[in-house]
Amino acid sequence: MIKVYVPRDSTALSLGADKTAAAIVAEAQKRNIQIELIRNGSRGLFWLEPFVEVATEKGRVAFAPVQPKDVPGLFDADFLHSGAHPLYLGLTEELSWLKKQQRLTFARVGITDPVSLQDYIAHDGYKGLANALNMSGADIVKVVTDSGLRGRGGAAFPTGIKWNTVLNAPAEQKYIVCNADEGDSGTYSDRMVMEDDPYVLIEGMTIAGVAVGATQGYIYLRSEYPHALKVLNEAIEKATQAGYLGDNICGSGKAFHLEVRRAAGAYVCGEETSLLESLEGKRGLVRFKPPLPAIEGLFGKPTVVNNVISLATIPIILDKGAQFYADYGMGRSRGTLPIQLAGNLKQGGLVELAFGATLRELLYDFGGGSATGKPIRAVQVGGPLGAYLPESQFDTPLDYEEFSKIWAVLGHGGIVAFDETVDMAKMARYAFEFCAIESCGKCTPCRIGSTRGVEVMDKIAASKQENPSSHAKHIQLVRDLSDTMLNGSLCALGGMTPYPVLSALNHFPEDFGLNKKEVAA
Amino acid sequence: MTTVLTSQENARIDACIEAHRKMPGALLPVLHAIQNDLGYVPEEAYPQIAHALALSVAEVHGVVTFYHHFRRHPVGKHVLQICRAESCQAMGAEKLEAHVKSALGIDYHQTTADGAITLEPVYCLGNCACSPAVLMDEELYGRVDSQKIEAIIHEARVSA
Repeated sequence: MIKVYVPRDSTALSLGADKTAAAIVAEAQKRNIQIELIRNGSRGLFWLEPFVEVATEKGRVAFAPVQPKDVPGLFDADFLHSGAHPLYLGLTEELSWLKKQQRLTFARVGITDPVSLQDYIAHDGYKGLANALNMSGADIVKVVTDSGLRGRGGAAFPTGIKWNTVLNAPAEQKYIVCNADEGDSGTYSDRMVMEDDPYVLIEGMTIAGVAVGATQGYIYLRSEYPHALKVLNEAIEKATQAGYLGDNICGSGKAFHLEVRRAAGAYVCGEETSLLESLEGKRGLVRFKPPLPAIEGLFGKPTVVNNVISLATIPIILDKGAQFYADYGMGRSRGTLPIQLAGNLKQGGLVELAFGATLRELLYDFGGGSATGKPIRAVQVGGPLGAYLPESQFDTPLDYEEFSKIWAVLGHGGIVAFDETVDMAKMARYAFEFCAIESCGKCTPCRIGSTRGVEVMDKIAASKQENPSSHAKHIQLVRDLSDTMLNGSLCALGGMTPYPVLSALNHFPEDFGLNKKEVAA
Repeated sequence: MTTVLTSQENARIDACIEAHRKMPGALLPVLHAIQNDLGYVPEEAYPQIAHALALSVAEVHGVVTFYHHFRRHPVGKHVLQICRAESCQAMGAEKLEAHVKSALGIDYHQTTADGAITLEPVYCLGNCACSPAVLMDEELYGRVDSQKIEAIIHEARVSA
């Protein structure tokens, strides 16, 4: 029977994949043709969703984007046997957009049926755990440390060092917490992993548990991801039934239990201590550090808190070894980064590459330039707390240290492009507004500063033309306020809001009613 | 705003509490269960929840009001969330939200007079490669323009 693949990823669904799948099934029935429909994850070429594939002897071939109205024509053209059709794209693996990538964390994404455990295992799944179960905790931690993996949530803290702290913290109970509160605009790689390859996250968390001696894991999932919730719960259920989770994982005598907890729409809960408060059933107020969560985390116990991508990268490291992973990348940024192309781009989607590619390659070679066809004027990298970069910085390589040199962050690898119609003063105002909406309220610079920031941005907009003397004063106020927030906030929400604000002001002064020279000084 | 809960609603709230009270950190799971069932978390339920979880009513109130997701009032039959985050702004979300507000005749956090649709802002739906995005109940849509949103709203209105 011929296998036909129609993705079940949220983005594919948002563009009508369910209707396309139903149309294919109905048309096949009508023509008395037997097909096997598989709802796979997405390959990440989101501008081409719904991205339909057909299995052939030479490999899977793609037809995209397929809407229900295209389906009868596809059957007429005998697409099940690679018949000629305007939507035919050839062998999926040969598409240059995919071929140019280095997919390690995303090795299986889009290829397998996300909830099929058999499919996962057939595609190298659970090899990492098998190795881990034959190693001591300290040895597993050493592999993770040697791989050079750094926290992919944004803070880029070495994962192995965090694990080592938890490993060496004596306690009856320890926890693994997965931060799946992916709230940054322009990011969706966590969502893709959870929806399109959930077992890789489950395996990564299980390995973390085995390594540090934790028997309970929680996935703190944002409430805005209803599809991910369903997929994760189904996968956890199947993994438990098959003995990959539970009291005796793979007959090793070791226990690891996993549960998904729904967040409730607070951006600040992506901050690890606020997340822990929320998991404990409280308001998501940021905690003072120390104590570190690795020493006193969830319910006061030693806790590993890692992002989805960090944990989902663990299985391949344990499978292929630390050196294999560390051989990718540049400088102190080892391995690969799943980059998410978003905003005003012609070809948005998931690009996993070794560190070191430039923004320009991503925006133009992969992204295909702006969707509107107008020049790309500004790019925000790393979510709502990331800096805005002008065209002159597009040659910066994606590397944690290279980005800090230009006072920017890589964050979670989201890239949001804006064309020339963007008003950067408005974006700066929005950054303050977002901070005001999402502030947990514990520290003054964030709670009050964000609201004052919105007010002063409104004054700047008003005084731009008519009142130059008060205008200069307001600009200075934004700088002073940013300085206070930067240095006085308890966590990154208040502490990094000045990144989008000041980068907008410094790189695009004309939008603030200033000429370039006034700022360059 | 005080409403009196029916005995049936009270029983449903009790069932939600009972199903989750033993979980570690049970408050959020309990609140999610109640909202999934009733569509919101009634203030009148705070004492019940507080008592079952050995918390103060103030603590329950604090948690419900801290999180954007929890609603304190009944909502319309459908909830439409429009993404206001940067990626969607880059693709015209502001125009879209203005269009929806005027088409429905309501602002954010309000419900249409016929009780069909409640409008809410949201900050990222994880569909940023196909902005602008909206979520109608649990159905996600991408590359939404004014024409597409009209169809989405119409479909919701005619559905039961």
